[in-house]
Amino acid sequence: MAKAHVTTTVNGDAVEFLCDAEQTLLDVLRDELYLTGSKEGCASGDCGACSVIADGRLVCACLMLGVEAEGLAIETIEGMADGDQLHPLQTKFLEHAALQCGVCTPGFLVAAKSLLERNPDPTEIEVRYWLAGNLCRCTGYDKIVRAVLDTAEEMRGG
Amino acid sequence: MTDYMHAFDLYVPASLEDAARLLDEHGTNAWIVAGGKDSFDWFKDRHRQPQAVIDISGLEELHGIRDHGGHISIGAATTLTEIEESELLREHFPVLTQAAAQVASPQIRNAGTIGGNVSQDARCTYYRDGFPCYRAGGDACYANTPTAMNREHALFGVSRCVAVTPSDTAPALVALEAEMVISRNGVLQTVPSEAYFVGPDIDITRMTVLKEGDILVAVHIPKTWAGARSYFEKIADRQTWDFALVNIALVAKTEGTQVVAARIACGGVQCTPRRLAEVEDLVQGETVGPDLETLARRVAARGAKALNYNQFKIPLIENLAARAIRSLA
Repeated sequence: MAKAHVTTTVNGDAVEFLCDAEQTLLDVLRDELYLTGSKEGCASGDCGACSVIADGRLVCACLMLGVEAEGLAIETIEGMADGDQLHPLQTKFLEHAALQCGVCTPGFLVAAKSLLERNPDPTEIEVRYWLAGNLCRCTGYDKIVRAVLDTAEEMRGG
Repeated sequence: MTDYMHAFDLYVPASLEDAARLLDEHGTNAWIVAGGKDSFDWFKDRHRQPQAVIDISGLEELHGIRDHGGHISIGAATTLTEIEESELLREHFPVLTQAAAQVASPQIRNAGTIGGNVSQDARCTYYRDGFPCYRAGGDACYANTPTAMNREHALFGVSRCVAVTPSDTAPALVALEAEMVISRNGVLQTVPSEAYFVGPDIDITRMTVLKEGDILVAVHIPKTWAGARSYFEKIADRQTWDFALVNIALVAKTEGTQVVAARIACGGVQCTPRRLAEVEDLVQGETVGPDLETLARRVAARGAKALNYNQFKIPLIENLAARAIRSLA
């Protein structure tokens, strides 16, 4: 079958690409658009390293077809900072050293951003439940949770 | 190992009729996908390599939660998040919104559908890893041997296969007497949820009545149990992001502390959601209290036959049944 022509928006930019039906959105982001911030961990929806936001919904890019991005607004880790201005979550992750090897970090940041957009004042339990679909094999969860809570407080103007 | 998916042809039908025609055209080479949470895992593991993949997620008629007066309909491609966040469902059937909220992770609930959650295939690790077991068309069960790891497997209804239903929403739908609307050869049919799920004694290669050519279109929930008391609890190895070892869904009508009627179903204990019919009978007309809990506990797991490593599920069922009854106090 011929490649599909897909028109979408990635981090606010209009984007067109050609892809095979069996290519996932993650394959397209990394291999066709060279946006390699989203990582492939498990490739089966377990680890959340490929988390992106599609039309406001947090999803695993590894379990979504590239062609399904047609007409959607896709947000990836590459669009999180505003030029040189880091997103408050990114700043707080640095302050709290909320990363070790760093492979899970883009997924955690995108997932945390999605949480704070829905719930600007989450409890620690809400943060932990929301981030349950993101795995950190270095097991540095505590600092991640603290960084998210600290960001939420700062973004609320606390 | 999980890898790139095989090359396939993707079809995006514009209507349910188109989808039915495509299914007819491609027969056993066809595969329906909506949220893709189960399908793409199968493809990536290379254990399923259908040539014609039919994406029905865009079909308008498969979306939405609507009040039809006597029942509420949920389109099969409605996501679990949409169910979790539906005020209409929370008001009428909180047991279902609670169950949907406990499936997997936000990422999965945002894309995974109710149709997929109830129709997903068995999660037995031997089956999923591609062992040529009975369910896969082979001639052995690898999960029920003296050395097999089978702590997640069945206590009831074993017939060669010992896999269990992995769904959280299925027991809730069975408790609520939901009906499944299926497109079969282009004609809509309605199947009671209890009959929708099939055990290995009926068809060892399927988990539901869906056969080639069938599409689950919607779930209809009658208002029989709307506003009833309800209880949902899921026990898993992790508190979140895991399949249930055992889950329980209860709906009940009460007058004061007296139970007028109740329906209870458990997941994770046999291939289909298991009605706790003896508990339902036992509590009817009785007053909730420690005595009733004790009786419920005593009959909840009656008839269970443990495998080597899943005996612990017996007290789990007993305790969950007791807690569900206690919640009515």
